[in-house]
Amino acid sequence: MLGYTITQWLFGILAFMAIMFGLMVVFSRNPVNSVLYLVLTFFCIAGHYLLLNAQFLAVVHIAVYAGAIMVLFLFVIMLMNLNQDSEPQRTMISKVIAGVIGGLLLLVVVGALRGSEQLAITRYGHSEIGLVRNLGRVLFDEYLFPFEIVSVLLLAALVGAIMIGKKEDRPLAESNQE
Amino acid sequence: MEVFIIYKSVIALAVFAVSLGIAAYSTWWERKFAGLLQDRWGPSRAGKWGLLQPLADGGKMLFKEEIIPNVSNRFLFVLAPGLFIITAIMAGVLIPWAPSVVINGETYAMQVADLNVGVIFLLSVTSVGVYGIMIGGWASNNKYSLLGAIRASAQMISYELAMGISLIALIISAGGSLSFADIVKAQDAGIANIVPQFFGFIIFFICALAETNRAPFDLAECETELVGGYHTEYSAFKLGLFLFAEYINMFVSSAVMAGFYFGGYNFPFAHEVYQALGLAEGSIAVSVIGFLVYFTKTLIFISVFMWVRWTLPRFRYDQLMNLGWKTLLPLSLLNLAITVVVEIFRGNITF
Amino acid sequence: MQLTNRRKVVSDKHQTLSERIYFPAVVKGMLITFSHLFKKRPTIMYPEEQREIAPVYRGRHVLKRDENGAERCTACGMCAVACPAEAITMESAERKRGEEGLYREEKYASTYEINMLRCIFCGLCEEACPKEAIFLTDRLVESEYERETFVYGKDKLVEKIDQRIDVTKRQTPEVIEFKKRPGLKHNSLFDKTQIDRHRKPH
Repeated sequence: MLGYTITQWLFGILAFMAIMFGLMVVFSRNPVNSVLYLVLTFFCIAGHYLLLNAQFLAVVHIAVYAGAIMVLFLFVIMLMNLNQDSEPQRTMISKVIAGVIGGLLLLVVVGALRGSEQLAITRYGHSEIGLVRNLGRVLFDEYLFPFEIVSVLLLAALVGAIMIGKKEDRPLAESNQE
Repeated sequence: MEVFIIYKSVIALAVFAVSLGIAAYSTWWERKFAGLLQDRWGPSRAGKWGLLQPLADGGKMLFKEEIIPNVSNRFLFVLAPGLFIITAIMAGVLIPWAPSVVINGETYAMQVADLNVGVIFLLSVTSVGVYGIMIGGWASNNKYSLLGAIRASAQMISYELAMGISLIALIISAGGSLSFADIVKAQDAGIANIVPQFFGFIIFFICALAETNRAPFDLAECETELVGGYHTEYSAFKLGLFLFAEYINMFVSSAVMAGFYFGGYNFPFAHEVYQALGLAEGSIAVSVIGFLVYFTKTLIFISVFMWVRWTLPRFRYDQLMNLGWKTLLPLSLLNLAITVVVEIFRGNITF
Repeated sequence: MQLTNRRKVVSDKHQTLSERIYFPAVVKGMLITFSHLFKKRPTIMYPEEQREIAPVYRGRHVLKRDENGAERCTACGMCAVACPAEAITMESAERKRGEEGLYREEKYASTYEINMLRCIFCGLCEEACPKEAIFLTDRLVESEYERETFVYGKDKLVEKIDQRIDVTKRQTPEVIEFKKRPGLKHNSLFDKTQIDRHRKPH
């Protein structure tokens, strides 16, 4: 098929879809639609992981991002009941500022990626690096310290969230009424 | 290659058909069982023992008028039931229904797909399944639907944690494989996972009730408060799809429980029985017996789901959240910790 | 103040541990529902199987004919007067020559209507009737789609000659004894032959 393998075709289609849905996230007026497009984007990215034979990453990506985080996003948006009517009008100045910042970000990304094509891709000896067993080995042997650091970071975030969500201390009589 | 494709398609079609059939007859059995538990007879008019009732209900669903509210988001409104039933059926691909059959030296697994990340796939499919409910509830543009959808999603996210952690404990004690087929196979030795993981099973069962939106956790569609919950605005076959998907969910989670904790197609003294009957391991007869065993266990679990529904009253929403976060989550963590310690002493975990 | 001896003292004490883990209570409840699987079911499968009704059941009315097939009703209007729901209306007519086989006496009801939506099935019409003409039977008033159809005319009320309706079931010895009371004397003026003939020996 036009000199490409099936994998390349799949990659092309998935990449195109991921970018399309990514753009739709930004351009759709309705926040709920944005979130749903973002979910689709995540699915496309999970497809990319699958193409890299990283099934664990793909499934966890769906479970965590699409299944949990985006559900929470959707949850909050639905609760706030944001409609396009209530969207604040953007002034010309804010649009210009947003354009400038976005352009700068693009510049930084392009600058960072410039010359990356000369980098040698470090490959592990086998293509099954994405499977659970190998990933677990790598994660808990080579990268144990960063992994634990990340877990401490998450714990700190957890404790912080609970502290923020905690009710104010009230007089005893009042809290007894519950 | 052709043989492989044909055999996989046959299994996929069979699983699909069985899921739908079981879902249809679950509605019958739910009503029948409810009747029996309440000193009634349940459906008894359509056919013998009311066995044609699902067909009558399905026909009714098909031919009723479809109403799509004008104020709804039409595309998402139509999409939601389809999404819900797709995710419900997708979870069924993992279930290893019977021992593998060996024909001419080729092994044919009685399973649509043996993923090496099966357990996580299961969790991710169930968590994606909530989108059907959320989109449907939001697109209806009805406050009852929206509240039902929000309740359903909050409930699913909350109980997924305890469910996942109890599954981790299960995986640790069952040999460390994330593949469904391996977990079932590991119980071949005679002891089902329910023995070491009884505590985990209880947690998993309660979470499964919550994940499938079944009573006593059916707050997403609790009639007394929310009319019909997230499917208030749905009618005709779209409503039918929602109800169908819930029964498929129940079927799949019953099969998962039977496979994870009760040995799936294995049963006590299976090898001795096969030997006494003169059946070779890997033959079709063994596979059929194994399938029947697994299927019976699944049906028993479906009945238990219904039994719970017709016994316990519905939780209040704060009670539901308290149970999920303050009781089940710590208990499942405790269960995990105990499991790890026990496995270290048994020498199954090495550093 | 104690009204009944079923009074219960309510306390707001905290639940004990065994109550708080809920599990024993859940299991107990499950066993209770399970035991109901084996209980006897009070269901009566209606069309095939019908509940036995009381002998004095008051159902749909019938206008009786006598043993020769002549209508007994003379359109005296006693039933209409007795009816507390005012459900009965009738018009009388004079019997012509040659109609002796149709009507028992010189006067008869040319129309006789009972509005079954008004009727309360009290049986006072039956009690008031001096001619043993109207009886309440053990049949039911069928459901209909229109209100008009509930006004039963003579076509529905008068029994067919070839399909006599048995009203003896209601005439239990107690009822007959009751009808002998002085206030109900008019009933005893009439021949009890028909009633006695139909009654099965107890």
